[in-house]
Amino acid sequence: MHSTPYVANKPRNTETRDELRARIPGWGADLDPADRPSYPREKLAPFHTGAHWDFPEQQPGAENREHSIEHDIVPPVFGTSVPLKGVSGAIRRHAYASYSEGRAAHWLLLILGDRVDAWESHLRSFASARPDNPVTETGVLAEKSAHGVASRFGVKRSDINHQWLDPLIVGGPWVAAGGVAFAITRKLVRRGR
Amino acid sequence: MRAMVYRGPYKVRVEEKDIPAIEHPNDAIIRVTRAAICGSDLHLYHGMMPDTRVGTTFGHEFIGVVEKVGGSVQTLSPGDRVMVPFNVYCGSCYFCARGLYSNCHNVNPNATAVGGIYGYSHTCGGYDGGQAEYVRVPFADVGPSLIPDWLEDEDALLMTDALATGYFGAQLGDIVEGDTVVVFGAGPVGLYAAKSAWLMGAGRVIVIDQLEYRLEKARTFAHAETYNYNEYDDIVVEMKKATDYLGADVVIDAVGAEADGNFLQQVTGTKLKLQGGSPIALNWAIDSVRKGGTVSVVGAYGPIFSAVKFGDAVNKGLTLRMNQCPVKRQWPRLLEHIRNGYLKPNDIVTHRIPLEHIAEGYHIFSAKLDNCIKPLIVPNAS
Repeated sequence: MHSTPYVANKPRNTETRDELRARIPGWGADLDPADRPSYPREKLAPFHTGAHWDFPEQQPGAENREHSIEHDIVPPVFGTSVPLKGVSGAIRRHAYASYSEGRAAHWLLLILGDRVDAWESHLRSFASARPDNPVTETGVLAEKSAHGVASRFGVKRSDINHQWLDPLIVGGPWVAAGGVAFAITRKLVRRGR
Repeated sequence: MRAMVYRGPYKVRVEEKDIPAIEHPNDAIIRVTRAAICGSDLHLYHGMMPDTRVGTTFGHEFIGVVEKVGGSVQTLSPGDRVMVPFNVYCGSCYFCARGLYSNCHNVNPNATAVGGIYGYSHTCGGYDGGQAEYVRVPFADVGPSLIPDWLEDEDALLMTDALATGYFGAQLGDIVEGDTVVVFGAGPVGLYAAKSAWLMGAGRVIVIDQLEYRLEKARTFAHAETYNYNEYDDIVVEMKKATDYLGADVVIDAVGAEADGNFLQQVTGTKLKLQGGSPIALNWAIDSVRKGGTVSVVGAYGPIFSAVKFGDAVNKGLTLRMNQCPVKRQWPRLLEHIRNGYLKPNDIVTHRIPLEHIAEGYHIFSAKLDNCIKPLIVPNAS
């Protein structure tokens, strides 16, 4: 007999309702779409949301808050974690002020801002009482306690093929910072002679 | 307070931070009693989500006790034990009024294409998250709910994202009785999606992953057939064979931006950040589903372009459904399922990690060490 798609109504060889109910706790409890909480997709006021306002009161601090140019206003509530600062802050502010979310430049600038932020923060940490420590911050010490070797070898894992790139991503800013420091120091030493 | 802090790609540490303040009259400050690391936190950890700032505290899965409330809060009081959906939402905008809580328009200045999410970059609103001793929770009368006395802490915690998202993913598939449902990804969301597909009447549930210990959990926890894609030359052909060459009726992508199985997609998507993620699982989903079938996407992707095989989706007449989960919409029914014994969320928890050791926790989860499926964070382990 031909396989399923080549004929219209070939019966499927699946378990019966009773067999499924016996094997799977709760099988079919949500068979009726009306019992599924996200059905239909949009449902006006599916529950009382708890809101006791038509429009929420405005949180202070909206004046200088960076925002997407696809927004008409700064929304009434927003996060205040880590305000923009430094070179990365300037890059990010430019991304928000100049490009909509529909433009690749918006996101690529934000990604650039992230890389610059990491470099700035690493450098800044060297002048602090708690410099970045790649050993403790990467959690790599768990390799020993969490069976790093046994978890990776003797099993088929395609992510092993690219995990060797991770140390390069982590170490990149450190190598770059070291290179910059070395170049500046050498220049200063030569100038001093 | 002690809080997890992001220090750049692959680096986190615990720092002393100020206890968050009430910034809006409907805010609450929650003392966190349990948090979790989500698979999507790894996208932040790996530096994939644009505008993830050094100094941010991650964590969108948490429960706790109300410490302080703002002047307009009516439903919560200090001392209440609450669970908090990962969505920050106002409950009153155009989208919230239609039940699309994850698409709220009043909580995220940085983007209109996504709502607010705790501890999930400035692209999702710039809120600090719950991998800390305390967290600010906006719209306290809207998002949080009292945890029923009978519900265990860990089960409540898992309702704040992973369980709700997996259940939502199965709903997006519009499953009808007897359907063959394929789930890509045997992480927490995939396991819950597979389990939920049975509740909706699936006739077969197949889970695909590359980690054998997770596939074992898919067999025992979610009663699923399993395939390790590394054992086959072409998993799409294998799915055609498994369905008598028809293809699955419904395929759920519970992997998202860090899908594996194609070196080029992986490196361009996750290492070089030239895509909004590596859409390998999504492409396999598109090719594994039958013509006229439905692909449900609950895996998280970044906002830039990804190399998705859209032509196949058009030519096969597929329905593609996706969203971040509107978590609180799921809770009443999920509570019934837990109470009836159909779901036991914390069966998938493998690690309970003190906040002070969170760097090791991220590394274990990221590198898939020690048979890790779901790591929880304990803020005050001492």
